[in-house]
Amino acid sequence: MNTLLEIILKAAVITLVALTGFAYLTLLERKFISRLQARYGPNRVGPFGLLQPVAEALKLIVKESIMPDKADRPMFFLAPIMAVVPALAIFAVVPFGKGPVLQLASNVNVGMLYIAAVIGTAVYGVAIAGWASNNKYASLGGLRAAAQVVSYELALGLSMVTVVLLASSASLAEIVEAQQPGNILGWNIFKLPVGFVAASIFAMTSLAELARAPYDLVEAEQELTAGYITEYSGMKFALFFMSEYIKMIALSALFATFFLGGWSGPFVNSLASPFGEILSLVYFIVKVLACLLLMVLVRATLPRLRYDKLMAFGWKMLLPVSLLNVVVTALMIVLGIF
Amino acid sequence: MSVEFFLFLLVAAVAVFAALGLLLSRNAIYAAMFLILNMASVAVIYLLLNAPFIAAVQVAVYAGAIMVLFVFVIMLLGAEKLNPADTKPALKWQRPLSIVLGMALFLLLGAVILTRLGGAAAAKMIDTSPLAIGKALFTTYLLPFEVVSVLLLAAVVGAVVLTKKS
Repeated sequence: MNTLLEIILKAAVITLVALTGFAYLTLLERKFISRLQARYGPNRVGPFGLLQPVAEALKLIVKESIMPDKADRPMFFLAPIMAVVPALAIFAVVPFGKGPVLQLASNVNVGMLYIAAVIGTAVYGVAIAGWASNNKYASLGGLRAAAQVVSYELALGLSMVTVVLLASSASLAEIVEAQQPGNILGWNIFKLPVGFVAASIFAMTSLAELARAPYDLVEAEQELTAGYITEYSGMKFALFFMSEYIKMIALSALFATFFLGGWSGPFVNSLASPFGEILSLVYFIVKVLACLLLMVLVRATLPRLRYDKLMAFGWKMLLPVSLLNVVVTALMIVLGIF
Repeated sequence: MSVEFFLFLLVAAVAVFAALGLLLSRNAIYAAMFLILNMASVAVIYLLLNAPFIAAVQVAVYAGAIMVLFVFVIMLLGAEKLNPADTKPALKWQRPLSIVLGMALFLLLGAVILTRLGGAAAAKMIDTSPLAIGKALFTTYLLPFEVVSVLLLAAVVGAVVLTKKS
């Protein structure tokens, strides 16, 4: 029973942190993009606009929730939930820091497969939202999302296979352990050339899985108004927003774990018990923040792809390159280079 | 025994409910969603049977990849609602046949369960880690594994040929 209580407590803490992280990630994104575009961004509500997310949440909660007359009611209601749950479920296997206190289930030996499974089911929320809205724009957005995610999942999975090969384990805790020879060169991203290629592919495909710029065809304003989210308002709209930002955090956490050494860093292993763990958590958060800022920077920099270009890039470029990358990695391991 | 048994009962009930929902729903999207729920609950049963690898693969491949394609096709064709006028004449002789075949399968399964009840040996505990399964696939079961890969490759090539226009 003690372990059950521990699991429930950890899950509650992770969920709370993810929700707070979502709220402040929206603020961070708006502030950062504003600075890149020589604006100030939200700065009226609270000091430096820090209370802006609270105001937005309050606004969305009290807003009228509109459901289209011809919408499919149960599915329209379920779709936002189907979007949020997988986003949160990814965190179950992420090692947030050194030691068992900062990990929930990161030592399961099928961790990578679990992530593939959860990411694979994440698309239903968007696809069903598009279908249930009974709206042409929404349906097109949902269809685009389904096609895009299926196409990019393959390259994403293959880049994860490279990580599994490099660590010779599919458990996330062991993947972090395998990246610790004591210096920064142990990180998978610096295992040249395959680690860097896998990291690039993972970064690109995770942007596509998130349907964020430059892969945000799913909600291309000029063509589809707001895509699958067109008919949603109030809290249901907020849930879709939440799922996107929580997935951003989750995929950044995965990137940090797979390629940036996870929680490892200087002094983590030499400090006494509580301080080493706290330091490892700090390192992990810094790495995740760096990934998040990179995602925002990409959104502010790159224009949206054309839809056929997006598909061609996924199938004709990313998939063959990642397949080749797996073969080269296996070859280098057999030859004893890694 | 106790906690796992109750979990099994719960998950099995969900699986049966989802299977019934799949069969009885008039809307293809609902049927697909029920099928996903069914696959997910079967994955939980695999977990209870100490087979996390199969559970994860079940969700990743079936609930994740294959069902996304199903949903995609249903949405693309707008085929979620079956028109009763189109289907009834086509299913004239299939219905009695399916009832007979279904009864036969049910009888066979029932006979096997009744004769084997308490007689079947308990499954051996084996190593279910991805490493052990991978090794088994590429050593003991290499031939069936390769045959399946060739079969799948043939299916892929066939699909490409069929979709080529000229």
